[in-house]
Amino acid sequence: MPPIISVQQLTKTYSNGFEALKGIDLDIERGEILALLGPNGAGKTTLISIICGIVNPTGGKVLVDGHDVVKDFRRTRSLIGLVPQELTTDQFETVWNTVSFSRGVYGKKPNPALIEKILRELSLWKKKDNMLRELSGGMKRRVLIAKALSHEPEVLFLDEPTAGVDVSLRRDMWEVVKRLREEGVTIILTTHYIEEAEEIADRVGVVNGGQLLLLQEKTALMKQFGRKQLKLELTEKLEMIPPGLAAFELSLAEDGMSLVHEYSHEESQDSIASLLSALTAAGIHFRDLSTRQSSLEDIFVALVEEKA
Amino acid sequence: MNFEAIKSIYGFEMARMRRTLMQSVISPVITTSLYFIVFGTAIGSRIQSIEGVSYGSFITPGLIMLTLLTQCVANGSIGIYFPKFTGTIYEILSAPVAMAEILIGYVGAAATKGLIIGLIILATASFFVDIRIAHPFMMVLFLVLTAITFSLFGFIIGVWAKNFEQLNIVPMLVVPPLTFLGGSFYSIDMLPPFWQAVSHLNPVLYLVSGFRWSFYEIADVNPVISLVMIGVFLALCLSVIGWMFKTGYRLRS
Repeated sequence: MPPIISVQQLTKTYSNGFEALKGIDLDIERGEILALLGPNGAGKTTLISIICGIVNPTGGKVLVDGHDVVKDFRRTRSLIGLVPQELTTDQFETVWNTVSFSRGVYGKKPNPALIEKILRELSLWKKKDNMLRELSGGMKRRVLIAKALSHEPEVLFLDEPTAGVDVSLRRDMWEVVKRLREEGVTIILTTHYIEEAEEIADRVGVVNGGQLLLLQEKTALMKQFGRKQLKLELTEKLEMIPPGLAAFELSLAEDGMSLVHEYSHEESQDSIASLLSALTAAGIHFRDLSTRQSSLEDIFVALVEEKA
Repeated sequence: MNFEAIKSIYGFEMARMRRTLMQSVISPVITTSLYFIVFGTAIGSRIQSIEGVSYGSFITPGLIMLTLLTQCVANGSIGIYFPKFTGTIYEILSAPVAMAEILIGYVGAAATKGLIIGLIILATASFFVDIRIAHPFMMVLFLVLTAITFSLFGFIIGVWAKNFEQLNIVPMLVVPPLTFLGGSFYSIDMLPPFWQAVSHLNPVLYLVSGFRWSFYEIADVNPVISLVMIGVFLALCLSVIGWMFKTGYRLRS
């Protein structure tokens, strides 16, 4: 099956001369969860805006389900739901009306039962007759999600969905994301919170300076870039690493009270066992040990800084 | 055609009118009633009739036009400007809606509001002065065409405006002088020849004149020319909007 979204050589230069996208190629598979990471101003929102039809591209093209987003906009846009980054709402509308309005502009016949189901799922049912200006920021975020789901999209874009969101909403949101994924909905989210991408995404793309620096399966990415660290707290101060331990990648803390061993996923796990026995043989004793795996965040920072 | 979308946008805009009933309906009616009391009854009683029509009756079509133009430009512009300002326009731009459908929704609602207010003012006027409508069909035609044209004009301003000042500049500073100087309160025959010639450059003159003709069969210019002028202005607005939509001007740029 062809990818649900295919971005080809996409460029965007705004009228003030700012080059937001510098030739992006990206295929998004059906039913996957793709996380786009990148600092502010990287071009993530511009990319999403072009796919959704809010901004005209300068060059290149985007196909959604095989249809061009400019020429065949009715086909492509009706497949997509968008939860924008900003909390933009019609302050004087009620929750019920604004969600029903969304379904209407997408050309779907009214379906009160569906709207009720969505509002209940997002814990908005009790607020359905409230005006949007009476809602808290988190509640407004829920409304924006409900609006995006009101026309039963096959692709859902979540632009920074968890910015300024509390724990319960985050939990509700991931529940919804999980259900949608089971229904086969493709989900693309942008985020600064790398733990989030790490937790739910299938693939991760890193965008910076209008370019896609990297696109990979999350697990493969973690394997390739992920380093592990073993930290040993020593019982006695060590002046220097004994020459017998030179074969291991070791570094000694300045105060001489801890040793750090770096290794990668690929290295066989018995390197730790042999290190520990070598330490015992050298008469170095430790009182505690901990390991740490580098997160997507470390990978991301390393990548962005490297290319900058 | 995405009829559901047109219905939604139109319904949304009309709901906004119901919410702001005081501001959108009652205030223009009060303002116009004041005009009738001051010009029609108080001052008008001392002014001799114009071409056989009492002064109060004479100014009624002009007053309706004044309100219709102001309201249509204001509603047409705020309808599209407000979502642009708050950011909610993202939804309409990302929906499977053609620009023509967006236009029908917003402009249709703005024109409807303008028409409703125009008819309310006509009804109000009949309490103060004698109203006679010689050509009801033409009267409605002028009213509808003017409402649509100026709502389109408002839409253009709404797309163009980058802030509230720009949004208000046309309805506040351009429409009232054109209306006042377009013969709403006098026949341009009363002006010296030079100013009569200048008045013919004012598009509102043609609207007021044609509209007044449909009431009392008196006109400053031939009513056919009036209709043609409205048609020209309508075509002009549509082509500007066509260009805006094609280029994505200030909406999708």
